Amino acid sequence: MARAAVLGRLTWQVGTVAEIRAETATAHTIVIDLPGWPGHAAGQHVDVRLTADDGYSVQRSYSIASAPGPDRLELTVQRLEDGEVSPYLTDTLKPGYPLELRGPIGGWFVWDPAEPGPVLLVAGGSGVVPLMSMIRARAAAGSAAPFRLVYSVRSPETVLYAAGLEQLSQVAGGFQMSYVYTRSGPPGAKVRIGRLNPVVLSAAGWTSAAAPAVFICGPTGFVEAAANLLVKAGHDPGVIKTERFGPSGG
Amino acid sequence: MNTHLDGNVLGGTLGEIFAVDITSAVGQCASCGTSEAMGEALVYTDAPGLVARCRSCGEVVLRVNRTGGRAWLDMRGISCLELRTPGQ
Amino acid sequence: MGIVSPGFKGRGRSERDKLPPGQYLVTDFPVLSAGPTPRVDTDSWKFSITTEAGRAHSWDWAQFRALPSEEIHVDLHCVTKWSKLRTTWRGVSLDTLLAQAETSAEYALAHCYGGYTTNLPVADLLDGQAWVAFEYGGQPLAAEHGGPARLLVPHLYLWKSAKWVRRIDLRAKDEPGFWESLGYHNYGDPWREQRYWGD
Repeated sequence: MARAAVLGRLTWQVGTVAEIRAETATAHTIVIDLPGWPGHAAGQHVDVRLTADDGYSVQRSYSIASAPGPDRLELTVQRLEDGEVSPYLTDTLKPGYPLELRGPIGGWFVWDPAEPGPVLLVAGGSGVVPLMSMIRARAAAGSAAPFRLVYSVRSPETVLYAAGLEQLSQVAGGFQMSYVYTRSGPPGAKVRIGRLNPVVLSAAGWTSAAAPAVFICGPTGFVEAAANLLVKAGHDPGVIKTERFGPSGG
Repeated sequence: MNTHLDGNVLGGTLGEIFAVDITSAVGQCASCGTSEAMGEALVYTDAPGLVARCRSCGEVVLRVNRTGGRAWLDMRGISCLELRTPGQ
Repeated sequence: MGIVSPGFKGRGRSERDKLPPGQYLVTDFPVLSAGPTPRVDTDSWKFSITTEAGRAHSWDWAQFRALPSEEIHVDLHCVTKWSKLRTTWRGVSLDTLLAQAETSAEYALAHCYGGYTTNLPVADLLDGQAWVAFEYGGQPLAAEHGGPARLLVPHLYLWKSAKWVRRIDLRAKDEPGFWESLGYHNYGDPWREQRYWGD
C-alpha cells in the first residue's frame, strides 16, 4: 500500500461474515467480506458497531489480523467474560451475518514492509493481533527486515496463531520468536514461568544497540510495564510505539 | 479502574472529521510546548466525550464530543498540528 | 442509527422503571472521567464558596464534617444514557453552605481537583436540590466516584454533579464549564432530554 495518509473521511460500512475460525477455546477469527475495502496498513484497526433493535448501540475497536489486501479483512476477537461486545462476536455471529465497521484506522501504530530496519514486537495476550498483521505483511511482501517477537501469554492454551507463528517463523527468511508463560507452560517442558523481566526481554529481543523499531500491544498494564523495561534497557522512547487495549485487554 | 488508552483510539472518531490520519500527526502541547505524535497522547474514553491529554504534562490537548450528525471539537490544547497530506 | 446486528441485545437494560427519555437502567455504577482520578487527602482538602464580590468562605475537612448533614435518596441520570435508581448518599446541603454567603449572583461555576468545571444556576443549588456529598451507600465516598466529596445535583444530568469539587464561584455572568463548552446543554434537564446545544 502506498505510504500516503488515509485518504478521505471514514464512514461506517457493512461487511458480511464469510467464515469464522476458532483460534483457541475462547478466541475466534472472523473473516469479513467487504467489496471495495481498500486494504489496510499492518497495525491498523477497525471500530465495530453493534446495534440492538431498539437502537441501542455500542462500539469497540479491534485490530486487523490479516495481511493487507482488498475486499476482505480478518479480525481476531478474544471473548471476555463480562464483555458486552466480544461474546456477541464469538458466540452469536455466524457466516452470512452483517457486521458494521469503520476503518482502517491509525497511521501511527503501523509497520511498512518497505522499511528494512529491525523490528521488535512485544505482545501481551490478545495484543498479538496487530503484530500478527505485521508478521503476515512481512511474509506477503517478501521483506527481509529482521523481526523478533516476544509473546507473553498466561498458558499454552491461550496462544493465538500457534501454528501460523511456528510456520512463519521457521521458514527461510523467517524470524525469531519466544514465548513468555506467566501462569503455566507446555506440559513436560522446562520453561520459566513468570512475567516479562529485563533478562528475558534482552535475551529474546534486540539490544538497544540494534536500535529496532518497537511495537508493544496488549492490556494497559502490560504495555506500560514492557515500555518501561525497554526504556530502562536503553531503547529510545521515540521509537517505541504502543497500542493499549484497556484494562481487560480488548 | 480509570486508566487511559493511547491516541490510536482518536483515529476512529476523528477519522470521520479529518480527511487525513490524526494519530500520526505531530501536535505541540499548548501548555508545556512538548511535541508528540497524537498516537502518544493519553486518551480518556470513559466520558461523555474523548479527552486527550499531553503525555508530558497531563493537560488537555484535544476534546471531541460526537453525537448523531454533530461533532464538537476543541483543539485549544494544541498550539500547532503538523499533518501528512495526500500527494507528494 | 446503524444496521441492526441480528441477535444483539446489549448489557443489563430494562424498561420496567420510569426513566427520563432515552435512558436505560443499570445496576452497576459506571465510572466516567475526563482524566486521571485525583487523589486528595482529607488533611489537605478544602472547600470554598466565593461570592461575586470576591469574598470567600472555606471549610477544611473537620469544619466541613462538623456541619449538619443528611441522608439523601436519589436517582442518577447520566447523559451517556445510563440511569441508576434509588442511590443513597450522605452530604451537606448547599442551603447550609450558602447560608452565610452574601450574594445576589444568579450563576455558579464549580471547580474541582483535577481541573474539571461545570456551571449551574444558583437557583438549582438551593431549596434542597443540591449537596456536597461525602458518603455513598453508607461508606466514605471512593475516589473513583468523586471522593473525598463531590457535588450532587440529581435533578440535572450527572455531569453537573461535579466529582472532587473544591470550590463554587458565585457569578453575575454565566460561564460554561468543561462539557457545556463542548456541545453539552448549558442546563441539562434529563426529563426534557436536554443533552446537547439546541435541545
